[in-house]
Amino acid sequence: MKEKLVLIGNGMAGMRTIEELLKLSPDHYDITVFGEEPYGNYNRILLSPVLCGEKNIDEIMLNDDAWYDDNHVKLEKGKKITGIDRKACMVQTDDDETMEYDRLLIATGSTPFIIPVPGHDKEGVIAFRDIADVDLMIDASKQYHHAVVIGGGLLGLEAANGLMLQGMKVTVVHLMDTLMERQLDYDAGQMLQSSLEERGLKFLMATSTEKILGDERVTGIKFKDGQEISADIVVMAVGIRPNIELAKKVGIHCERGIVVNDTMQTFDPKVYAVGECVQHRGETYGLVAPLFEQAKICANHLAKLGYARYKGSVTSTKLKVTGIDLFSSGDFTGTESSDVLSLKDPAKGIYKKIIIENNIIKGAVLYGDTVDGTWYFQMMKDQADVSDIRGQLLFGQAHIGDSGHGASNQAALMADDAEVCGCNGVCKKDITDAIVEKKLFTLEDVRAHTKASSSCGSCTGLVEQILAFQLGGDYSATPKEKPVCGCTEMTHDDVRQAIREKPFTHVMEIINQLDWKTKDGCPACRPALNYYLISTHPDEAQDDYQSRFINERVHANIQKDGTYSVIPRMWGGKVTPGELHAIADIAEKYQVADMKVTGGQRIDLLGLKKEQLPDVWKDLSDAGMVAGHAYAKGMRTVKTCVGSEWCRFGTQASMSLGVLLEKMTWASWTPHKFKLAVSGCPRNCAEATIKDIGVVCVDSGYELHVGGNGGIKVRVTDFLCKVETEDDVLEYTAAFLQLYREQARYLERTAPWIERVGLTYIKDEMVENAKNRQALHKRFLNSQKYVQIDPWAERGKNKVDQHEFEPISVI
Amino acid sequence: MEDWIEIGALDEIPKLGARVVKSNNGNIAVFRTSDDEVFALRDECPHKKGQLSQGIVHGKKVACPLHNWNIALETGLVVAPDEGCAASYPTKIENEKVFISLTQK
Ligand code: SRM
Ligand SMILES: Cc1cc2nc3c(=O)[nH]c(=O)nc-3n(C[C@H](O)[C@H](O)[C@H](O)COP(=O)(O)OP(=O)(O)OC[C@H]3O[C@@H](n4cnc5c(N)ncnc54)[C@H](O)[C@@H]3O)c2cc1C
Ligand code: SF4
Ligand code: FES
Repeated sequence: MKEKLVLIGNGMAGMRTIEELLKLSPDHYDITVFGEEPYGNYNRILLSPVLCGEKNIDEIMLNDDAWYDDNHVKLEKGKKITGIDRKACMVQTDDDETMEYDRLLIATGSTPFIIPVPGHDKEGVIAFRDIADVDLMIDASKQYHHAVVIGGGLLGLEAANGLMLQGMKVTVVHLMDTLMERQLDYDAGQMLQSSLEERGLKFLMATSTEKILGDERVTGIKFKDGQEISADIVVMAVGIRPNIELAKKVGIHCERGIVVNDTMQTFDPKVYAVGECVQHRGETYGLVAPLFEQAKICANHLAKLGYARYKGSVTSTKLKVTGIDLFSSGDFTGTESSDVLSLKDPAKGIYKKIIIENNIIKGAVLYGDTVDGTWYFQMMKDQADVSDIRGQLLFGQAHIGDSGHGASNQAALMADDAEVCGCNGVCKKDITDAIVEKKLFTLEDVRAHTKASSSCGSCTGLVEQILAFQLGGDYSATPKEKPVCGCTEMTHDDVRQAIREKPFTHVMEIINQLDWKTKDGCPACRPALNYYLISTHPDEAQDDYQSRFINERVHANIQKDGTYSVIPRMWGGKVTPGELHAIADIAEKYQVADMKVTGGQRIDLLGLKKEQLPDVWKDLSDAGMVAGHAYAKGMRTVKTCVGSEWCRFGTQASMSLGVLLEKMTWASWTPHKFKLAVSGCPRNCAEATIKDIGVVCVDSGYELHVGGNGGIKVRVTDFLCKVETEDDVLEYTAAFLQLYREQARYLERTAPWIERVGLTYIKDEMVENAKNRQALHKRFLNSQKYVQIDPWAERGKNKVDQHEFEPISVI
Repeated sequence: MEDWIEIGALDEIPKLGARVVKSNNGNIAVFRTSDDEVFALRDECPHKKGQLSQGIVHGKKVACPLHNWNIALETGLVVAPDEGCAASYPTKIENEKVFISLTQK
């Protein structure tokens, strides 16, 4: 017998929980859903575009009747639950039907607050909450002319805008002197008001209602200052209250909302609650992003996995009035100890304000130019240290050393046929269509359906903006810390911590003991786990080659036609005639299809068949060459210039220093690839300032630069420090590498890592703190002991992993 | 009637890995899951002919090494939202020996 799960409230949070639950554990429960509204679950957020006439009801349905049938979820539409017998574990409907449950989920949402002024119950006085309200408003707009919206918050303004677009004359009455005062400061509020006035809305600010006039139906409003205006319809949008009526009645502990713990459980352990009706750690939420997070956590517990915890959410707001760009998040007033950065250009209609406390963004208000909203929001959620980029912060992400493709990130202004994802050739329209037609909510969804942002990832920000723009609400926003992948709720940092604490030795052990949802993990988590394992316990961990991508598994780069390329190491870019002879001989012997000098100062042999690899490697090994690791998330190359050995400007011996660096660091596995360069003088012919570590020699020593990147997003290095001797260069390089190896997340290159943790942090850890630097250096050298064994010689001469290179049989 | 062909011992295929069988009709990838189930697919991704034998095996799926499409090992069907199908062949294990049949499923 399956257990019975009953959901009260067929809305966004409750149904999201069911969807998440079905993903985790499709067969655990018999599920019944009671919904007071006579529809399937729809996207309440999009009621505003429906009111504006931009969308119709069918387009905003999330789960239609067929969905419930297909997923064997029983939907009781138009049925309100009026009682719960918690002893007998039974719910009761308004028409006296009963239903038993083993687990109950309450997701009754909110009720709009109606100000109890005289006349509030007259016909024509409505709220803005559900389809029925929107139907009433659209009907009214066909017969009448004058609408009054009480409340100048998000909802009120969206209602007013919609009614205006339906042809009504609309006045917005607001108690305060600023619109959306919970999200906007005075300046932004004023700018918003004037652009709405230009569109034809009227405002009565700092005005409170005394009475609603009329007989049966409303005809006007009287205000406390004596003023009267006529009104055929009054929309009250002054706030919402968690809908806790039912829960309270049956004795479930409530304060402002139904009180739940971090597992979304109420005080009755059989009863869970999610959504706007819930109060968690003293907070209630009225936006979907946090509710969807709650849904995920709740599903995890309903599925009896039992490890996820909800820790509260940071939210951000966008007004869904087409043509008005407004973004607000967090604390936008600040306290005595906070700094305010602001920029105001009234002629262009731009206003930006960022609140910073202890170098961390606490809040942001953007008006007119909201392109960077998601960026600020992400940094705010990450609590990123912004001291190093403070000067450029207001000008936006495009101004932070990012001269790459990021410059074109005006999602809203992009033409439909503009290419968003260069790797997969996905245009903006492909994405917007998929969002609408396939009802996508998240970045993951868009990736899966359109492939956009699923390859190199450089367009991720843009895709997120398109999502936010298309959906209005910021519910695409990624939660503060993302899980490693769909197999777990644990974040990269959680997993790392667990690996540090427990002596795991194999990827599968981690997957089993940390309760992965999938049996064997997936191609996203397994390589990450394997890396964390071998970098944390280099001595004990077993390197699991089945958890490595093909290139690392066979130590060569797979090519589009299934052949492989082989790039031997040329230490510091130096090469001898003997080595060149050997390479040439090998190229002839194996009839290499193509040879090429790579961007990393060495030679690529292309088009080799897999079966040939061990022989090629044996020959290279005999000639004294080792793997170049051009295939690895690991140390790649050290690029050098000719330096003081030859160059008339050279200040130090950059070639030989490059060789020393490469001999020390080769074969190291890192979270993402890692490249070095040494230039002999500030002319910087080795392009050291776009490398993960770049050494620029100067007369008095060596400048160390870190966090450069020449690839998808060009980023110039940050200056770390200057040192005096070659030994210092080696020690600092090893320490930096080790810090990166121990702390960055898998597939995070040094550039984004530094932007996340801040240069100051890195300086504190390894420049200021000499002891720690030496310890890092030591740990690095120790781990190198286990890996500096040439994988090519192993396979070419010592017959390791031969099964990779031979067919099992020929038939 | 199936024509079973012995291709080797089970432990010659790594767990969560694959081996290639060369045949006149092109390569066949033989996969082994973590539960020691064995599946055989034509070694060509329906997308752009990536060699599925070189992918990462997880559950009863393999992720293609070139662009990460997932293919169901049992049926050869590409996992949604991508679309396509790789030919699949029957397999069986007897006394730790792996057999495949070339009559396509
Ligand atoms: C062979 C080479 C091109 C060439 O013919 O010159 C090359 C080839 C590839 N690069 Fe590169 N990159 C090569 C130098 C570079 C450089 C130049 C450099 O190192 O000075 C860059 C920019 C510098 C940088 O990394 O900051 C570069 C930035 C990338 C990127 C973007 C990385 C980024 O952080 O933005 C990728 C994609 C990735 O790694 O995710 C990439 C990925 C690739 C891959 C591995 C794509 C793939 O997954 O198959 C290519 C493998 C082809 C193959 O099998 O041989 N390659 N790649 C170069 C090998 C250098 C070497 O000797 O090891
Ligand atoms: C017009 C509008 C625009 C919005 N725009 C945004 C936006 O841009 N961004 C954003 O993030 N959020 C927005 N929101 C808020 C968002 O829609 C809500 O936060 C979200 O819908 C709340 O989900 P919920 O499941 O808690 O409640 P609901 O979605 O309200 O679901 C609760 C359901 O429970 C039913 N119910 C209640 N009591 C019972 C009972 N006793 N028996 C049976 N059924 C019952 C109700 O009828 C309702 O269908 C907007 C809301 C509105 C109204
Ligand atoms: S070698 Fe690099 S730049 Fe050239 S196609 Fe491959 S990944 Fe792109
Ligand atoms: S060839 Fe397999 S995913 Fe592209």
